[in-house]
Amino acid sequence: MNFNTPPYLTQNVSVQHVMLQVLAALLPGIAVYVWLIGPVVVVQIAITTAASLLAEAFMLRLLNKPLGLFLGDGSAIVTAWLIALAFPPLAPWWLLVVGALFAIIVAKHLYGGLGQNPFNPAMIAFAVCIVSFPALMSQWPPVDLPSGVLDHLALVFGYSPRIDAMSGATPLDTLKTALKLGDGSASVASVMADAHTYGYFAGKGWEWVGAAYLLGGLWLWQRRIISWHAPAGFVGGMALLAGGLWLWNPGQFANPVFHLFSGGSMLGAWFIVTDPVSGCTTVKGKLIFGLAAGALAYVIRVFGGYPDGVAFAVLLLNICVPLIDLYTQPPIFGMKGKP
Amino acid sequence: MTRDEFRQIAANGIWKQNTSIVQILGLCPLLAVTTNLVNGAMLSLATIIVMAISGLAIASLRNLIPHEIRIPVFILVVAALVTVVDLLFNANLHELYLVLGIFIPLIVTNCIVLARVEAYANKNPPLHSMFDGIFMGVGMLWTLSLLGGLRELIGGGTLFSGIDMVFPGLHPLQLFPSDYPGLLLAMLPPGAFILLGCLIAWKNWIESRAAARQHRRAPEPMAAGGLH
Repeated sequence: MNFNTPPYLTQNVSVQHVMLQVLAALLPGIAVYVWLIGPVVVVQIAITTAASLLAEAFMLRLLNKPLGLFLGDGSAIVTAWLIALAFPPLAPWWLLVVGALFAIIVAKHLYGGLGQNPFNPAMIAFAVCIVSFPALMSQWPPVDLPSGVLDHLALVFGYSPRIDAMSGATPLDTLKTALKLGDGSASVASVMADAHTYGYFAGKGWEWVGAAYLLGGLWLWQRRIISWHAPAGFVGGMALLAGGLWLWNPGQFANPVFHLFSGGSMLGAWFIVTDPVSGCTTVKGKLIFGLAAGALAYVIRVFGGYPDGVAFAVLLLNICVPLIDLYTQPPIFGMKGKP
Repeated sequence: MTRDEFRQIAANGIWKQNTSIVQILGLCPLLAVTTNLVNGAMLSLATIIVMAISGLAIASLRNLIPHEIRIPVFILVVAALVTVVDLLFNANLHELYLVLGIFIPLIVTNCIVLARVEAYANKNPPLHSMFDGIFMGVGMLWTLSLLGGLRELIGGGTLFSGIDMVFPGLHPLQLFPSDYPGLLLAMLPPGAFILLGCLIAWKNWIESRAAARQHRRAPEPMAAGGLH
């Protein structure tokens, strides 16, 4: 006799399947990034991917886990791509390697490997590097940099000196510095009138990278790889806080659209807070996680000392995940109230 | 005191019950002071002095100390010794004294000292207790030195920085090229936690390997069971 148990409809949801789609969803963002900065972005992604895979293979060997199964699942590649996209594009190669090694060896495998890590490995890499090398991690090139790919590669591989002209601040940083350190006469409108740095609704050029991430994220949602709760929470949390402060004092606080398309907001909203391992698992929990992460990212980037706050916000919320999950357990089917 | 007892006390302090990587005691100075090798080693030396004399003193007085108020008495003795060490450092190694700062007076509250006094010196003869204090301190000395050395090497590429405060005329080693950027994280408390975790894992790895080797070499003697 043949017994079948529900659910009868099954989906192909292997880790590899999910990870490949996440990688595909990152492609539009990468394409715009390459158009904006140059092919050096692809080189950085390749370096980080190679380092991540090597670290993954090393740790799998050390832990006697099947090499092919885990190397082929693509999770290390997703981590590597997120690191490469979160780091400054002209960062020296070893910075990306340090980030990748730390993410894979410490943040992923020392905590038990795929599915066990309480913290998002890519954000750990970012946090470790910005704490350890604050200067290098804050050197973002201006978008109309008049230099070719060879100049970029010379910078990445350390053959030419890192001069300040090659490295500007991000649109977020420029705004914060002008508002905080100025004589008080600077307003958001006057700072953002600078067409050299600012575009239509956010940083010049960077706004389209953010828009492309948004596109990729929406595609992931449409493919049901991610649910809408965490991204909506993140966007909502950041927009609510930014919108409230903007309505209260538009001279000192930029509008929510600027914040949503600046820094790591879109990458964070669609590719970081949706991490199924380090994020919440309950529906309500995902919303709370996203909301708090978005609001905290805004607070850190506007009032804090770091150029962007997404990484720290996500890591702080990662710690709270077990607590949020505990208090947002849905009732068991057929029961009323708390289980 | 027999040779075997002495060997056992030494092995306990240096490896089996190492204060830092087995008992995980005294984390506060461990995190704060081991930013370089010299600081870690010198604080450990100060602790060794305190532990050796306090072990000797408490063990000699152990039959006179009323059980109910033993902790205040221990602390009183330890605090007196720490004051002596504090003044010694202040007088002879003044620069280092300024660097170590509050962590020399804080040896009083270091749980390693109180733990050894309460768990060992209070129950054992004076000579045993003194050696127990010394070897517990030696265990702390090598761990803190290793941790401090690793941290300054990874964090700044140097070794023995600050050695001129202890031995004027000696210079710190610059092991990595001067353009080594330095992983600042290693110098910060999180780096100390991560490296301490690695040290503990390393110790456990060595022990499990040794246990596995012993297991292979001498399988359980089945026949011996009947002799007991």
